[in-house]
Parts: sequence; structure tokens; C-alpha cells
Amino acid sequence: MKSVVPALALVVTFLCLSGTAWGQASAQSQRLALRSMASGCAQCHGTDGRAVPGEAMVRLAGLPRQHLLTQLMAFRTGDRKATIMHQITRGYSELQLEMLADYFAGQK
Amino acid sequence: MNNRDFTFNPEAVSPAPRRRVLKAMALAGAAWPLASLTGCASVGGKRPQVVVVGAGWGGSTAAKYLRLFSDQRIDVTLIEPNAAFVSCPISNLVLSGKRQLADITMGYEQLVVKHGVRLIRGRVASIDATQRQLKLEDGQSLGYDKLVLAPGVDMMWNNVQGLQAAHAEGRILHAWKAGAETVALRRQLEAMRDGGTYAIVIPEAPYRCPPGPYERASVVAAYFKREKPRSKVLILDGNPDVTSKGPLFKKAWAEFYGPMLEYRSQHKAVAVDARSNTVKFEVQDDVRADVLNVLPPMRAGDLVVKAGLANANARWCHVDFLNFESTVARHVHVIGDSIQVAPGMPKSGHMANSHAKVTAAALTAELLGLPANAHPMLTNVCMSFVDDSHVIHVASVHEYVPTQKTFRTVGGSGGVSDVRSDLEAVYTQGWARNIWADMLT
Repeated sequence: MKSVVPALALVVTFLCLSGTAWGQASAQSQRLALRSMASGCAQCHGTDGRAVPGEAMVRLAGLPRQHLLTQLMAFRTGDRKATIMHQITRGYSELQLEMLADYFAGQK
Repeated sequence: MNNRDFTFNPEAVSPAPRRRVLKAMALAGAAWPLASLTGCASVGGKRPQVVVVGAGWGGSTAAKYLRLFSDQRIDVTLIEPNAAFVSCPISNLVLSGKRQLADITMGYEQLVVKHGVRLIRGRVASIDATQRQLKLEDGQSLGYDKLVLAPGVDMMWNNVQGLQAAHAEGRILHAWKAGAETVALRRQLEAMRDGGTYAIVIPEAPYRCPPGPYERASVVAAYFKREKPRSKVLILDGNPDVTSKGPLFKKAWAEFYGPMLEYRSQHKAVAVDARSNTVKFEVQDDVRADVLNVLPPMRAGDLVVKAGLANANARWCHVDFLNFESTVARHVHVIGDSIQVAPGMPKSGHMANSHAKVTAAALTAELLGLPANAHPMLTNVCMSFVDDSHVIHVASVHEYVPTQKTFRTVGGSGGVSDVRSDLEAVYTQGWARNIWADMLT
């Protein structure tokens, strides 16, 4: 997966810029794929990052992109101690974590 | 021209070339010229119709996420016989007296009110996959473009002689589907004298929720330690060893319970005698207990077995892991505990939720004429209490590997707790509240 994502991102960028119907379909499908990947965080952090208030899990929706990415990468390297997040973040490439940070930063 | 004629015609294209086409499209960003021009691809030009059967961990999630991912452009009907959702995860704490059934019972209203899911309370009588129709027990017929089946597990009663009758009489319970039976087993534990023995009998894997029986034994032991300290917990396991988080469970058992809890492997049950509360094993000596909690061997839900979809040893359902379509019937998708799993994939509620999201995204793409995601991913987390306030977990991340046409755990990801902790008990509560909301609200 990791090697494919950059290629996809480039294709999407190109097609979006082209402004054609193909580009729109591609942008829609890329958005869907990203929503699908991000939904893998929802079991603990709430649908689209809107965690249930009052529980220990962090609400991801609307946090600054750089903050999200820094934390995700710190879990991944082990710099930030965790019970579980180091094991989860190591399932994703750096590029995927960037995409997830973008996604949750963009949620209200 | 309908885009489905071009890319998705299931009658014209066999599964393998179809996947190659989809993968090529995803990689090349081409070859779906009419996709966004033709709009929805449903039969007869109406809005696409998806019927989901079973509103548990997989089915509820599928219904909600089909609505979300399609931006409400797909109509979803959800069929469920029960009036409310009762969570299996956390139900062991009802047995230990730390939660009430009401704490793990939730309604389906928000799926209807907030997400526009059409909810039908009923049971499916039959499925006609050729006509894409199903019939409910009340006689109602429903057509579909895509059908998602999430029936969970049912029991292989015949493998343990006498168990079905003992269960029907309420004498030997499994309580492996949370609800009234959970409360009934709690009553048996409450009624047991101090100094009695509770025995849990575990079937050979695969069964629903690999660590669940060990969690149950642990929290029942915690209850005894609190309130009936002369009592004993006996784990009679049909497997050669603890099937999940073994070292962490065994450490907790030794340190918290000592001789109060005894673990015995290689105990495959073959019969029960309800009058003497005795269980008989294939090899080992009979065991009598005051409270006998026998988990029968499990298979895919009756619905998919009856529909002829259980093509893995007549027990589980093989699916195409890209979209969880049955390998037997086109346009019929099976998710959750009923499937023949991929390597390293547990039968868990969290995993069923993950199956549902991959399926919802794949169906949304297909029904709205978008290229499919060639690399879906899944996550899983299973948390287990080892006493009233300490938890251990196992976690994994899975990615679809096109060359192998299955999911594999991502190298370097996942693992178990370093140590049991009360912090993870706090996270378990948070996980439950969040995943319940993710499914139902």
C-alpha cells in the first residue's frame, strides 16, 4: 500500500487540476478512500474524530494538522509513551498519517 | 450507456479480471470515462437500494456508514428482529455485578432519525439471490441492488450431546449472545453457595471473541474473591492453550486468584448431563460444577447457512476481501463473525465494525459509479478485564494485499499490552462508549 499512495495522490492532483469529469470522479473516490481509512480511528475516537464527550479518548476533529501529525509520529517512533497508539500508528505509512492528520484537522 | 455495463457487469466479468480492472483504474486514474456522467448505477435508474440484515456490530455500522459514505445517495433498509442492541463486549461485567444490563443496552432510533436508515423489525425467511429479493417472515418482499448479511454466529448444538435441551430448560447457559441470558447466568452465580464451583467450557477455535471466555473467568473470579471467597473458577478449554493474550491472563490469574482459579487445557466437551450438572469430555474425566457455563462450538449464523453461503467447511462464509462479497452469490455481502477469516483476523465486534466500513465504502463506490479502493484497511482492538479494574489488550492493523487477495496484518504493527493496567480500564470504557456511538448514533 505504502508505495501506491504517492502515485494515487499524484494522479488525483493531476486530474483535479484538469477539471474534467474524470477528475471529479477521481477526487470523489479519493475522498471516499480517505474517509474509509479515517473510519478506522472512529472506534475509539468517534465518527469523523468526534469522540464521545467525557471519555478518555482525544477528540481528533478540528485539531491543528501539525499537532496531530507530531503526536502520531511521536507514537510511531516511540518518543511518546502509549498503551496502544504505538502499535496502531505503526500500521500506517508516514504519508498515510499525514493524510489522516489532514482529514481530522478538516473536521468540525 | 450505464457505467456498470462498462466496468462492473458481474455476469460478463469473472471476479479475478474484474479486480484487475479495478486495480488498474485506481492506479492509472483512467478507464472510468462515464462514471461521473451517468450518476447512480442502480437498477432501472432509481436510487440505489441496499438491504442490511442484522443490526449488531457489523450490520448497524454498515447501515450508518453506507448513508455517510454515499452522502445519503444510497437508500438503506436495516432488518433486525430485536427491539434494542445489547453489547457482548462489557457484558462479562454484568456477570461480575459491576454493570447492569441497562448499561449495555441501546436503541436504534438514531440510525433512523439522524441517518435516515429505514428500520424493519423482523426476520428474513428466504433470499433469492438471482432475483435480488428477500422475503421476511411476515410475508413482506424486498428488492435490493446489494444485500449485506451480518447474522453473527449460531451454535453447533449437535456437537455436545444434551446441551441444547439443557440450554432450553435454562439449566446450562452459554450467555454468548448478550441479553436476558446474561442476567440469567448472573442469577445462577448469585444463587451459588460460597464454596461452590463455576466452570466455563470453551470450544475449539474459531469461536466468537477469542479472549472473551478468559475475561469472563477472570471477572467471575474477581466477584468470588469479593463476595464468595471459598468458591472456585474452573476453565475447561477445548484448545491446547489460552487462545488470546495467554501470558498476560496467566500472570493475572496467578497473582490475583492463586488456587481459586484453575486452568485446564485439552478439554473438548462432548456431552452434558443437566441433572447432575456434569460435562463429559472426549478424553479427560467428567467434571461436575455448581454453575456450568458451556460455550457450544459456533458457526456462521443460521441465515447464511440456510441461504447456502457457508462454503468453508459448511461452517463459515468465504468472501472476496475487497468488498466482502460472498464467493457463492453475486451482490450478497457477508460481514462480521460469519465469515471465514483472513490470517490474524479475530471474530470480534471491533473487527465486524471494520468489515462494515470496508464494505460500505466498496458498495458506495460501486453503486455511485466511482473506482473502487484497491487497498482497504482494517483495525482491531480487543480489551479484556482481568479483575474489576485492570485491563489487557491486543491490537492489530490489517491491509488488503492484492497479490494474495486477502488481508494481512501490517508488519511491525499491533501487539498486546506490556502490562495490565487500570489506565487501560479507563480506555476500555472510552472504547465501548465510542464504538457504540460509532455504530448506533
